[in-house]
Amino acid sequence: MNDISIGGFPLDLLALQLVTGVALGAIYVLVGIGLSLIFGLMNVVNFAHGAFFMVGAYVGVFLYGYTGSFWLSLVAAPLAMGLLGLAVERVLVRPLYGRGIDDPLLLTFGLSYVMVESVRIAFGLTGLPFGAPPELRGAVDLGIGYFPLYRLFLIAFSLTVVGALWLFIERTSFGLVIRAGARDPQIVQVLGIEISKVWLAVFGLGCALAGLAGILAAPLQGVTPEMGIPVLAEAFVVTVVGGMGSLAGAVLAGLLVGIVVAMTSLVAPDMTKMAIFALMALVLLVRPRGLLGRAGALG
Amino acid sequence: MTTGFDRRRLLQGSAAASALALAAPALLRSAAAQGGPIKIGFPVPLTGAFGAEANDQVRAAQLAIKEFNEAGGFQGRQAELLVRDDKLNPGEAAGRTLELIEKDKVNFLVGGLSAAVTLSINNVARERRVIYNSISQSDAINEAKDFGRTTFHEALNPHMTAGAVGRYVFPKSGKRVAFLSADYAYGHEMVRGFKRAGEASGIEVVADIRHPIGASDYSAFLPRIAALKPDVLCLCNFGRDQVVSIQQATEFGLKRNTKLVAPVLLFTSRKAGGEAFDGVIGGTSYYWRLEDTVPSAKAFNDRFRAAYNGAVPSDYGALGYAGVRSVLEGVKAAGSVETDKVVTAMEGLKADFYKGPQSFRKCDHQLVQSVLIVESKSKGLKTPDDVFTILGTEGPDERFLRGCDELGHKA
Repeated sequence: MNDISIGGFPLDLLALQLVTGVALGAIYVLVGIGLSLIFGLMNVVNFAHGAFFMVGAYVGVFLYGYTGSFWLSLVAAPLAMGLLGLAVERVLVRPLYGRGIDDPLLLTFGLSYVMVESVRIAFGLTGLPFGAPPELRGAVDLGIGYFPLYRLFLIAFSLTVVGALWLFIERTSFGLVIRAGARDPQIVQVLGIEISKVWLAVFGLGCALAGLAGILAAPLQGVTPEMGIPVLAEAFVVTVVGGMGSLAGAVLAGLLVGIVVAMTSLVAPDMTKMAIFALMALVLLVRPRGLLGRAGALG
Repeated sequence: MTTGFDRRRLLQGSAAASALALAAPALLRSAAAQGGPIKIGFPVPLTGAFGAEANDQVRAAQLAIKEFNEAGGFQGRQAELLVRDDKLNPGEAAGRTLELIEKDKVNFLVGGLSAAVTLSINNVARERRVIYNSISQSDAINEAKDFGRTTFHEALNPHMTAGAVGRYVFPKSGKRVAFLSADYAYGHEMVRGFKRAGEASGIEVVADIRHPIGASDYSAFLPRIAALKPDVLCLCNFGRDQVVSIQQATEFGLKRNTKLVAPVLLFTSRKAGGEAFDGVIGGTSYYWRLEDTVPSAKAFNDRFRAAYNGAVPSDYGALGYAGVRSVLEGVKAAGSVETDKVVTAMEGLKADFYKGPQSFRKCDHQLVQSVLIVESKSKGLKTPDDVFTILGTEGPDERFLRGCDELGHKA
């Protein structure tokens, strides 16, 4: 322990709190990216995003019970949610394209209720117990104090996923089509690319990311039908703060929100929930389109 | 002569008898219609963070209704439960309660789960002079300003619960105490109860942190608490908040130096939280393993198991049962459904429904009852529901309640 302190808190504690914030942010980033991606490309505000997060966790935990492999769940949960996302886009969302932002919003809002209620009926209200896999349990001494191993894994894993996603979008030709589609879908169509297939793929990808975030969050908080509700609010904040449709913005904003939560809980614990929204208000005052957002994303 | 007279009498008599026989069902029917079923309004948070507990309350309450009806009801009148979802929201609860009273014409109210909601129900019920038996923990409901003659409190109150747990834990586990509490009445009242109980053992409060109710992550509070290395960490929160905060406190390795304590250690939370709960100590109004020593608990569990596929009742579920039962026993004892008479009967009720002796204290209508101290375990379970060890019982005793004067009741 050292004696340096800021605002009455030892430096060690502040550093540890920062790491906690980054780990919190890692989940926000994963949920936020999916939401932002879907919105940025197709102007669909996916209100069912939290429900995909929750169902992903259930799928993962259910499979973990069957196979005993957390790693398999980590693959299966996003895969299942991706497939479900594809089906939802094809059958439910697609007929609503061109009808403004409200219709898909209401549809996904209703869908989230159906998903939550179905899980309640299938798995009950109590929720399922779920802890980190044995190989990721325990805490590690970071030199500044003990920190849970699982949360370190969470940071590393999320960074890897985000890195892979960045490479996919910035360095592949399909990524190029996605970016182009977000700018001007009509021109992309004219160039002979079926934009509807791109939309389908991106909606699936966004839902897969929500499912992945769900199974990653499961060991931290257990699995309940309502676990997606607070997450949805946080994901929206991340999307708005980062800028609608911006991948880098979602990463930056996710981490920022995590750190703000962690630091607020140190000085004013009862204000943590409010701090997220205060941050959002502040960012919107200074930069109405978010930190890294395109101009007129909502226009 | 005499035979003739007799025959006439006989004819007259049988005519009267047959007329009566024909009229009797109609008379009985009209008597029943006059009363109709005895209606008990039951507002509980079926949806929301305490949904699991609330649904168990309904199941157990239905059992009390069923028992009452199978035993013939009261003067031919059956009981009926009118369940309403209060959505864990005081405004919603007030609305539903008013509807139950004005539109559904309920005779009695039982229910509530959350300190603020139970007070809201009580306010409406008290103004309209309808008996309300609360099955949610609250200290305020016992105090003179919120109390009305029609107010009853079947649940433990935070003062009793935290008191019993504190008296058990502090002498054994140490004096340096940290609190992580949900920032609403329940959390505040629990902390106050612990502090009061801790005076005797001279505890030192090293941290008193309030978190917003329904926070999804508690990790940000934990490094600071871990750095203080308290002997005891009291997690004064409820339902899902309790599950997540205990899970995360375990994850952050707090159990190395610190005893985790939850004033109300919920059966449903423990089931949802799994082995992260190992070693956590807490208080409860009821745990099904009480059946090993208490015959009425065995009888209650057996009936519950028979009705619900072998499931055992949870703590708050049992309160749903007892809350309804107290009112219905009150009706039987009073020989009436009139509010005043039932109040008097309930005040005098000395019962053993499911957990040993219980009775209402006259001044504030708080149920004087035992508090169980339980410890969570996950090894060597007899059945998947065998999740607690009963460490001790603080018997029913008015000494563990705040005094009538302190609550503002005039003698």
